[in-house]
Amino acid sequence: MAVLSLENISQEFGGLRALDAFNLDVEESAIFGIIGPNGAGKTTLFNIITGIYTPTEGNIVFQGRNINQAATHKIACLGIARTFQNIRLFNKLSALDNVRIGCHGISKSGFFSSLFGLPSMLHEEKQIKEESKQLLTLVGLYDKREEYAENLAYGEQRRLEIARALALKPTLLLLDEPAAGMNSGEKAELMILIRQIRQDMKLTILIVEHDMNLVMNICERIAVLDYGRKIAEGSPSEVKSDERVIQSYLGAGA
Amino acid sequence: MFWEQLLNGLTLGSTYALIALGYTMVYGIVQLINFAHGEIYMFGAFAGLFLASYCGVNILVALLGAMAFCMLLGMLVERIAYRPLRGKSSRLSALISAIGVSIFLSTLMVLLAGTNTRRYPDVVPNHTFHLAGLDFSLMQVIILLFSAALMLGLQFMVKKTRIGKAMRACSQDLDAAYLMGINVNRVISFTFAIGSALAAAGGVMVGIYYNAVWPYMGTMAGLKAFAAAVLGGIGSIPGAMIGGISLGILEIMGVAYLSSSYKDAIAFGILILVLLIRPQGLLGQKISKKV
Amino acid sequence: METLDAIISQYIDPYYLRIMVLIGINIILALGINLITGVTGQLTMGHAGFMSIGAYTSAILSMQYGFSYLAALLAGALMAALFGVIIGIPTLRLEGDYLAMVTIGAAEIIRVFFLNFEPGGKAVGMAGIPQHTTFITVWLVALIIILLNVRLLNSRYGRAFYAIKENEIAAAASGIDTTRIKILAFMVGAFLGGLGGGLYAHYMYYINPQDFGFMKSIELLNMVVLGGMGSIPGTILGAFILTLAPEMLRIVSEYRLLFYGALLVILMIFRPNGLLGNVRLYDLRKRWWKKEVETWQS
Repeated sequence: MAVLSLENISQEFGGLRALDAFNLDVEESAIFGIIGPNGAGKTTLFNIITGIYTPTEGNIVFQGRNINQAATHKIACLGIARTFQNIRLFNKLSALDNVRIGCHGISKSGFFSSLFGLPSMLHEEKQIKEESKQLLTLVGLYDKREEYAENLAYGEQRRLEIARALALKPTLLLLDEPAAGMNSGEKAELMILIRQIRQDMKLTILIVEHDMNLVMNICERIAVLDYGRKIAEGSPSEVKSDERVIQSYLGAGA
Repeated sequence: MFWEQLLNGLTLGSTYALIALGYTMVYGIVQLINFAHGEIYMFGAFAGLFLASYCGVNILVALLGAMAFCMLLGMLVERIAYRPLRGKSSRLSALISAIGVSIFLSTLMVLLAGTNTRRYPDVVPNHTFHLAGLDFSLMQVIILLFSAALMLGLQFMVKKTRIGKAMRACSQDLDAAYLMGINVNRVISFTFAIGSALAAAGGVMVGIYYNAVWPYMGTMAGLKAFAAAVLGGIGSIPGAMIGGISLGILEIMGVAYLSSSYKDAIAFGILILVLLIRPQGLLGQKISKKV
Repeated sequence: METLDAIISQYIDPYYLRIMVLIGINIILALGINLITGVTGQLTMGHAGFMSIGAYTSAILSMQYGFSYLAALLAGALMAALFGVIIGIPTLRLEGDYLAMVTIGAAEIIRVFFLNFEPGGKAVGMAGIPQHTTFITVWLVALIIILLNVRLLNSRYGRAFYAIKENEIAAAASGIDTTRIKILAFMVGAFLGGLGGGLYAHYMYYINPQDFGFMKSIELLNMVVLGGMGSIPGTILGAFILTLAPEMLRIVSEYRLLFYGALLVILMIFRPNGLLGNVRLYDLRKRWWKKEVETWQS
């Protein structure tokens, strides 16, 4: 069954059509890749799924629910977590706090129990802290948990964003160019991490990425976007040999 | 009655517009609410008063003298209190610095001139015109014409001259302007000078028109002019003009037809209402968040 | 408590006692601004408006309706919190300096309202408010407020406040209802403003609308910026310094405000992030933690 279905999605920005009648079905526990040249509408797609933009036309169905009109935080609480292409961490907070904030959507303590420190709230805080530390261990940042996010290295910041997203215990994880700016060693580690996350947490992962090697390596299915339209979809080998993909993505001469 | 009130509103509004321009130009370039701007306006009013009372000059010389004085004052304030903070601190620290300057300047004037309200000598004859069933005072005519001339001059300068082009470039992107070889510090200094000169002109004319000059006159006028700038869409020069004039008219109308005891609340009430409907102000550009 | 107050007033000069009381009140007021502006990042420049609502509400209730001191204080604070929500709603759509302008405007409208408010004595103000606020009551309340503030900022709500200031979109993507949390910050901040106003009214004996003008809001905001935005110890320090400064500057009598203004400029040039900027409790903990690790390793 499809976890996420996009039905006929179109998005216009003042006459500019960033996405045009886009359809997509993401199967449960898949690692699904979306590739395409710059400006093809990949990040716009993520912004539509996470409710930052409301699509001009079409439906977004997540686990059988229409989430077209839902607010960003509601969508997050339903189980869609994401990272950002241009890293958006809480810079002046520690790595640990960044992950703890990620737990906000799934924690329940009310305002007054937080204010007066009631036992139920203290218990939940303890749990949050434990889980956050585990997530930091998973992404290899446990030793840096007290560092300000802004003081972390670039690759570390990308991994911290993943840890923060996982804190929501999502069923669907959206990774927006997770390998951007990483060297080949870091990329290899990232691939291992992504596979491990899928296995340990049993979630579906949707990746937008420039790096062909990474996408071809870890994705089971790939969709190719060009000028807001889907021009191909299939397994990595199918996509690789598709005429239109070679033409528009790799250039006519390739 | 209505048309006369409209005329009064237009007169008051053009002085708001003159002050609002200073706020909006400075904001457009360095994103600072220059809270000392109201005090520059007050200093302008006093400088004109000094020239008119002790040097016995005519109104035009008083106006130009006050404008020149405030140009220097504005540049001095920018040099001492804002430039050292630029680039290395948050906008809020610059704001607090501006508030410090504002307190400093108004206290300085209290020490120099005392807290009493002063009056201008008779620099403008108390002459009334009748036109189309309306009574104009000579001072109203001067305010309307001189403000219009200043605003047209400003528009010309911003649109047609080299420095105007540099100002527009800086308001788009300060860093890019710097990389293109624009002397950003000089442009900012110049912006403060022009804004201060316009405020000084407003100060002198209001001082004569309402026949009252006192050290704390800048506080409320400054707040309302800032409200006018926000109303028009902060950063937009035509916005400040329209915002100032419409705020002046609405305030006079409110006092005339609603209640005079709520005078100071009317301007802010209108402002809040407009912002609730159009969060970016009348002529401001909607900033869409880039994700 | 009364006997404690009596003992204290025997040993401490009334002038110093008065300053200490004012410091306590200002700490409560400044902590409210710290929550809205310092922690959540929503610039408010009209805190004196909330303060006046608390002051007038509590004064009228205790003078004309026979409310007890505590009940009057609480009612004043709740009334201010209600207005905090009303003014907080524009934050849904406004940002930065537009929001600042709305808070200035709302505070001015509140001031003009009290200038025309019959039960509050219009421009003359209200005199004869019972002087219930003492050194002990103020500092007791201030201590409770400080503790609750520390509690709150170390909870998921506190983290949500900081998250909104740091990056609103990432906060929403982490499941934080940014609108609700921002209104909550305004509500709690306004509550503290109203509480401070009630304490002030019951200390000063006399209040009038001019006590709560724009300059008062600015004075309070200065404490937070000077002390260090978002920092509780910083805010407390800022409240101490800026309540004491005008008193210390009394030696220079009429030049007092001149120095005050210059002081603000100089401090901003040399300490643009405030005296204790970015010093939060967990930073202190972090230093301690690092030391622990080092000793353990060696």
